[in-house]
Amino acid sequence: MSDLTRLSAAEQSALLESREISSVELTKAHLDRIAETDSDLGAFLHVSDDALTIADEVDAARAGGVSLNPLAGIPVAVKDVLCTLDMPSTAGSKILEGWVPPYDATPVARLRTARMPLLGKTNMDEFAMGSSTEHSAYGITRNSWDRTRIPGGSGGGSASAVGAFQASLALGSDTGGSIRQPAAFTGTVGMKPTYGGVSRYGAIALASSLDQIGPVTRTVLDAGLLHDIIGGYDHHDSTSISDEWPSFADAARRGARGESLKGLRVGVVKELDLSGFQPGVTARFHETLTMLAAEGAEIVDVSAPNFEYAVAAYYLILTAEASSNLAKFDSVRFGLRVTPNGTPTVEDVMSATREVGFGAEAKRRIILGTYALSAGYYDAYYGSAQKVRTLIQRDFAAAFAQVDVLVSPTAPTTAWKVGENLDDPLAMWLSDITTIPVNMAGIPGISIPIGLADEDNLPVGLQIMAPARDDARLYEIGAAIEALLDAKRGSTFSALTPAFTGGAN
Amino acid sequence: MSDITEDTVRHLANLARIALTPEEVTTLTSELAAIVSAVEKVNEAVSADVPATSHPIPMENVWREDVVADELTSEQALTGAPDHDGSRFRVTAILGEEA
Repeated sequence: MSDLTRLSAAEQSALLESREISSVELTKAHLDRIAETDSDLGAFLHVSDDALTIADEVDAARAGGVSLNPLAGIPVAVKDVLCTLDMPSTAGSKILEGWVPPYDATPVARLRTARMPLLGKTNMDEFAMGSSTEHSAYGITRNSWDRTRIPGGSGGGSASAVGAFQASLALGSDTGGSIRQPAAFTGTVGMKPTYGGVSRYGAIALASSLDQIGPVTRTVLDAGLLHDIIGGYDHHDSTSISDEWPSFADAARRGARGESLKGLRVGVVKELDLSGFQPGVTARFHETLTMLAAEGAEIVDVSAPNFEYAVAAYYLILTAEASSNLAKFDSVRFGLRVTPNGTPTVEDVMSATREVGFGAEAKRRIILGTYALSAGYYDAYYGSAQKVRTLIQRDFAAAFAQVDVLVSPTAPTTAWKVGENLDDPLAMWLSDITTIPVNMAGIPGISIPIGLADEDNLPVGLQIMAPARDDARLYEIGAAIEALLDAKRGSTFSALTPAFTGGAN
Repeated sequence: MSDITEDTVRHLANLARIALTPEEVTTLTSELAAIVSAVEKVNEAVSADVPATSHPIPMENVWREDVVADELTSEQALTGAPDHDGSRFRVTAILGEEA
């Protein structure tokens, strides 16, 4: 049998169902790949010692004729922002070092119900604050395409793990692009569902009105299969949408058949296709538009004038909500406690704990959020930012009145070098300009790989956006574009990944 | 228009319960001043007649049945606590010495 880790989850599923392979073999292949490569990548913070036990149980159930989910027995990696009963859950922060939660996050519980072995927890920027996975308290994650480069962030661990064939499936979280931008940088597929489409129960909150959990995979169909498992109403999350959702895997299969692009109205957002973007990113993006037009899609230029204010408004809303959410790390109920000398009060202990437990980016954002919410500034900053949010939603509504989907490059550049933007927090924040409007409006967005930039041979992503609740449209159109590109290339995108077996770069 | 001084940062850090070193105060003061002047542009975009959006997908009156469910035992709730007495979280004194 050729290397099982190179297959998509859908292909792995077919081999499991026909009993050509066992879940134990499949899980072991991924654990071996992690052991072989992760000292160079740093994608995992914790590797489970339980995955093979679950795999063995799935094999026994299958042998016994039990009806199983299509992804049963397929191992999956989980971003460390999600609570797991049997593994530490730190959100990349020292303040939660070693913390094992007393409950599972709902998306994790649903993976277990589907009987998927959990491989472990993946690295991330501390509390998902970052665009490069350089702000984790536990070290950086590298990009499997070029290990001198960052994998994007905050979900660099999940994206890098999937891109490097350590897992075919992973979960991520996306507050301003943390699923989609790392997907673009690692040549993988990342989907941010409609706000409320996947439960946030047990996700360690960054900004509660923006956060969403979603799939990280190598193919659009795999993302749909995973979304079908983790999505849907959950009474534990009061923002969970109670709609019945269609099968996203079916939507992806429909798209791959090739009829979906004819007559499709594709909007190009002028404000997300800027001359300052990296030339190789712009070139691949415009080639894709030409290809879509050749398939019978109608390309329409649309304008979203208020997107100009999105990054500024986003960082006010995000930091305000984060400063409130992170108040719970107070040294009382969980996590780190640092007790100063003498007879400190509980407030002294809190202040000392938070000084030691939070990294520089977390402190920066908490302080800014505290400022944005403080008396005398609230209306000018937080209040105005919430109004900008309304204007961004109106821009999207006007655009979707003219077109079926909107598209843009997922990120203005390809993956940058480790350390390159670390000294300039504002430059790092601006790199999210393309992904942030989606979170501000609560709509779904997906990133799929569309090629390599000429300058650096690194992956470029296409972001596709749809109206709220129309996640299925993204799976259909995403799979249609992916199928066209695969046919043109004669292989999947992931087949282009440079060989990497561990050891020196 | 930024009015961020080291005193502002010390005040904010106190509100946020983060003890900062003098070096951190200096760095954060210059960073915060730059960031605040960059985000101030939100005021250009809006006027009084634009309603605020607090939540991207509007929902009203999200209720559940008033029944006890999903409760943790004291033991479970205390598993992650830095210090406890078996049934309660334990902390240092709430109030300091009178000045």
